[in-house]
Amino acid sequence: MEYNDTQHKAVKEFLYKIADDQLIIGHRNSEWTGLGPMVEEDIAFSSIAQDKIGQSLHVYEILHSMGEADADTIAFTRNAAHYKCSHLVEHPIGEYDFSLMRNFLFNHAEHLRFEMLASSSISQLAFLAKKYKGEIKYHTMHSNTWIKQLGLANEESHARMQTALNETFNLALGIFEESEFALMLNEMNAFEGERALQEMWFETITPLLESASLKIPSISLLQPAYGGRKGYHTEYLQPLLDEMGAVFRLDPEAEW
Amino acid sequence: MQSIDPRINRLDLPANDDGKKILSELEQLETYEVFHQKKRGDQHVHCGIIHASSHEMALILAKEQYARRRQTSNLWVVKTKDIAATAYDDTDIFEATPEKTYREASDYYCMDRIRKYQQEHGIKDRKEERRNKKESV
Repeated sequence: MEYNDTQHKAVKEFLYKIADDQLIIGHRNSEWTGLGPMVEEDIAFSSIAQDKIGQSLHVYEILHSMGEADADTIAFTRNAAHYKCSHLVEHPIGEYDFSLMRNFLFNHAEHLRFEMLASSSISQLAFLAKKYKGEIKYHTMHSNTWIKQLGLANEESHARMQTALNETFNLALGIFEESEFALMLNEMNAFEGERALQEMWFETITPLLESASLKIPSISLLQPAYGGRKGYHTEYLQPLLDEMGAVFRLDPEAEW
Repeated sequence: MQSIDPRINRLDLPANDDGKKILSELEQLETYEVFHQKKRGDQHVHCGIIHASSHEMALILAKEQYARRRQTSNLWVVKTKDIAATAYDDTDIFEATPEKTYREASDYYCMDRIRKYQQEHGIKDRKEERRNKKESV
């Protein structure tokens, strides 16, 4: 598809927010490697983290094909103001309940977004959506299993998961911050829109949380954590970027 | 006894007379045996164990441990405690008496006769064909 200048800008912004979310949550989740609650889960969670980083690479490669810098430069040299990720993915890993709940809320949004994108007019993205279908499905299954397990296990685990849900829910709503290009992307048949995605997401997670005996905070009382898509971030993002890019910046020309 | 895992030490487990920490049942999840199937229709082959809190959790964790780096179409999990096994003390029941080797497949020499029959009736040996094909590649 040939894009005019504004369309080009709209698609790039859209790709950046998808990939930045994947990279940052992947990096955050990888901080659990070696510290997981049991070795089997450590391996599974690390593997999921690695999957997310791999997904972001392929979205950055689409951006590169549209005239942006190469993937490593994009990932490791931008500062926070140039990142388009949501606040949800930036927060420190906290305790395992927080990380599991964040991953649950994020994975379902990602899964549904990629289902929508399977028929997107951005053909490279539609291709990725089909390619990663099974991978992302597994991520949601992993999340669902843990949410149910800990939501129902005992009083402490239930209380912890409920607290984690209360803490992460308005952050998760920030995923669906609408873009100024929303209408254009919709008219291009590139992406239906964040509002439609949020509605599907809510319908999907509600029965899952209920079956884990967890109560969704009332949306009308919550202030969604917006700003990330426009480059306004929490205090946690820049230190993460400094650490993530430290080795790359030692010698950006190095051959790996 | 100090564990090398700091999380175990933090658990503040009850100590016995030696001051050693005792792991009760709950501090370690039970094990499940995992069976891996490469292609649909193949046998499921035992490949190892997994710690898990339920069958569902065992399947989710087994996927990453045992199916990440090879072709897989299906996994089974079974609680280890649900497996019935013969006793190693009874291993002698599997020993065949030397004069009864006719019970073992290796005691039969019939490939010569099969090949001869195939040649006489113009039947191609598919295994042989596949082997030749592989070698020529």
